[in-house]
Amino acid sequence: MLVNNFSWKIGGEAGYGIKSIGALLAKSMMRLGLFVFTYDEYPSLIRGGHNAFEVAVSSEPVHAPKRPINILVALDQTSLDQHLCELADDAAIIYNAKTVKVPSAFIPKKAKLFPLPLQEIVSKLGGEKIMNNTVAWGATMALLDVDLDFVKTMIESSFETKDPKIILQNIKVASEGFEYLRRSFSIKDFGYKVEKKENPGRMLMTGNEAIVWGAIRAGCQMYAGYPMTPSTSILHTMVINADEYGIICRQTEDEISAVNMAIGAGYAGLRSMTATSGGGFALMAESLGLAAILEVPLVIVEAMRPGPSTGLPTWSGQGDLRFVLGASQDEFPRFVLAPGDVEQCLNFLPLAFNLAEKYQTPVVVITDKYLAESYKSIDKASIKTIKIERGEVLGEDELAKIKEYKRYAFTESGVSPRSLPGTKGGLHLVNSDEHDEFGFSDENSETRVRMMDKRFRKIESAKQDLPLPILEGGSHADITLVGWGSTRGVILETLKSLENHGIRANFLQIVCLSPFPREAVINVLKKSKKIAIVENNKTGQLAGWLKENTGLDPNYKVLKYDGRPFFIEELTETIKEFL
Amino acid sequence: MSTQKDFTTSYSPTWCPGCGNFGIFPATKMAMVELGLEPHQVVMVFDIGCSSNGANFFRVYSFHGIHGRALPVAEGIKLANPELTVLADAGDGGGFGEGISHFIHTARTNIDITYLVHDNHLYSLTTGQTSPTSGRGLKTKTAPAGVIDRPFNPLASALINGATFVAQGFSSDIPHLAELIKKAIQHRGFAFINILQLCVTFNKFNDQNWYKSRIYKLEDINHDSSDYNRAIAVAIREDNKLPLGVLYQVEKPTLLDELNLADKRPSIKQPLTEVDISKSLEKYT
Repeated sequence: MLVNNFSWKIGGEAGYGIKSIGALLAKSMMRLGLFVFTYDEYPSLIRGGHNAFEVAVSSEPVHAPKRPINILVALDQTSLDQHLCELADDAAIIYNAKTVKVPSAFIPKKAKLFPLPLQEIVSKLGGEKIMNNTVAWGATMALLDVDLDFVKTMIESSFETKDPKIILQNIKVASEGFEYLRRSFSIKDFGYKVEKKENPGRMLMTGNEAIVWGAIRAGCQMYAGYPMTPSTSILHTMVINADEYGIICRQTEDEISAVNMAIGAGYAGLRSMTATSGGGFALMAESLGLAAILEVPLVIVEAMRPGPSTGLPTWSGQGDLRFVLGASQDEFPRFVLAPGDVEQCLNFLPLAFNLAEKYQTPVVVITDKYLAESYKSIDKASIKTIKIERGEVLGEDELAKIKEYKRYAFTESGVSPRSLPGTKGGLHLVNSDEHDEFGFSDENSETRVRMMDKRFRKIESAKQDLPLPILEGGSHADITLVGWGSTRGVILETLKSLENHGIRANFLQIVCLSPFPREAVINVLKKSKKIAIVENNKTGQLAGWLKENTGLDPNYKVLKYDGRPFFIEELTETIKEFL
Repeated sequence: MSTQKDFTTSYSPTWCPGCGNFGIFPATKMAMVELGLEPHQVVMVFDIGCSSNGANFFRVYSFHGIHGRALPVAEGIKLANPELTVLADAGDGGGFGEGISHFIHTARTNIDITYLVHDNHLYSLTTGQTSPTSGRGLKTKTAPAGVIDRPFNPLASALINGATFVAQGFSSDIPHLAELIKKAIQHRGFAFINILQLCVTFNKFNDQNWYKSRIYKLEDINHDSSDYNRAIAVAIREDNKLPLGVLYQVEKPTLLDELNLADKRPSIKQPLTEVDISKSLEKYT
């Protein structure tokens, strides 16, 4: 009997609450004191198609989905057919008895079958077809030997709706799912169960939610955005919390408007941000360079997914690294931060705002669908205390002491103190034309060179504030895996898995991509016996960037670009072959 | 009390002699002086083009942005600091070409800013290409045989998309234009003025005589600017006449009124410390 360690998956048509019931299962397990990580796949459809949601449950911290699947809930035939190959030998299959046929020749030998009359249960209790998922969830809880009282409490406390009728209805159907399974089947020889552990108040959060809370706790005052998967839930989460936290939140007509509005508000003195995906970021590209030459603070979140407005709109990838590093006309300093998990999202956003304001430089926080939409259970203690740094802004009194205020004064640090519009004595022009120290248009060759050099000095000045790469797994290893962004979770899991195979691997996560932390990376990699870059793109964009900055060539590039994240088992197998 | 000189920088205007901007420039400053504004209370957001080189000449808080994007920047500034008097200033190229969606959508918000568009029917800083308001048949660098497309109608567009102040001025009638700009700044809501402007260098067709034979003043025909249908009729007339004056003005709640942030409105003056989010995090537990 395996206690508190399993993977659960549910599949069904879009529109049948796959995601909400998956999140409910994840939250249930978290409340029972366990760690969870979720991963979902869905097409860009509102009805039909195939949606799947999986939850890895563990008594230890879990950072990635785990295969094989131990419990599969198949609401339709496709769910069974597609995920049969992912099942453990002794997996349980809970399925809709009426619509799903189980081909006995193909199912794992020791699999346990739990056909449930989902629709009959729901109809008998006067519910809607959409509640099939709740019945299956109730049955899952019975299978895992959880208390029925807990099942009821979960629904009462986690449903978004406050409509007592809907809640009661769901409690009824979940309880019947629970009891039906208990009545009709024996769970004695099912090999997985849950035992309640102490729950120290963990939280279940997605990367996008963490981005929003990271921004809000950092004092974000203005958000402008335009919907684009997978960044959209940032807008959703921001807008429902905006009133409470005194944030102006605007959905604009397009991404160009969003970024320019954030620039305007940032110039006027509010902490401002916008978020988008690759296609929207393409539209923002000119304005990114505008913020840089104006030296106005700006924070942009770019949640990647492959392709243009269409592409693989609901899938994941890391294909925009080079784009983000090079986007916009001309050359200018920029900070690019890549959080790798929910905790880092919460902690990097405050840093992004500080960097943007202190150095009057655009900051791009780059994530992807996999990080943006996967839930992870996290400890509250992982949220680090922050210090808010807004850079030098001159008030009326300070300006009164200055004979001639120069907005773009040539300083050693490259940072020239700002004055906000409305302040007496601080009049100036922020100018997209190349300009002199006052901001007046000036195309003189000497001015241009001095102004470029001034802007670029900010990179050196900011070095003290930039996050260094994170080394996990100790400094001695047979192979060093190098990655950025959302691959963090699967690589951490892979280190453990490799250790079980007797391989010592460590992991270098590069969290600040621009400016590239050259010395710190060289210091780690020069000790590495072998280097393997792990990226979700076709061309090895980090590998190229690494070489450009350090001259180092990785021994191996592990690249995956099918819209899916790496899975622990496949990454482990690949790395094993290198040794 | 400030004077026009207070609103003027030491940077010499780079417009061609006889350019209509030499009329719009003093008219704008005159309006600000007459309203008793101080330069530091005013932000002007400039598009790019001949008119927007004015960013260097106006002594206010000036913001010289990119092509077509003055309005969202101005909206961001006004949302951030409602105490400021915010003007966006563009040409017909940036304003009605690349920036057309912002024009329509900003009008819909009724944010309390003033939008001045210098409409000389041409892209002039780039030496005379067709603009959205170029008349049919106008020979331009990019339409040597004459413009085919029908011209964009700025006044009607502003009206049908919710602008609460819509007016038209003329760069050669400075006192009249100054009065319009004054009214536009005073107006609570999105105020748009289309300013007919001469381009003596590249637009030889729409010259002083061309305008003089077409313009008339709405006040001379007792136009009622509270009458929306009349305003539409004036805006879409096809008799080759060009109305000057306020076509339409109405009081409606502004974006800031309707955002209803009350005491929770973020302020540029509020010192920021880490915001306590612990209560909100409860729902994630």
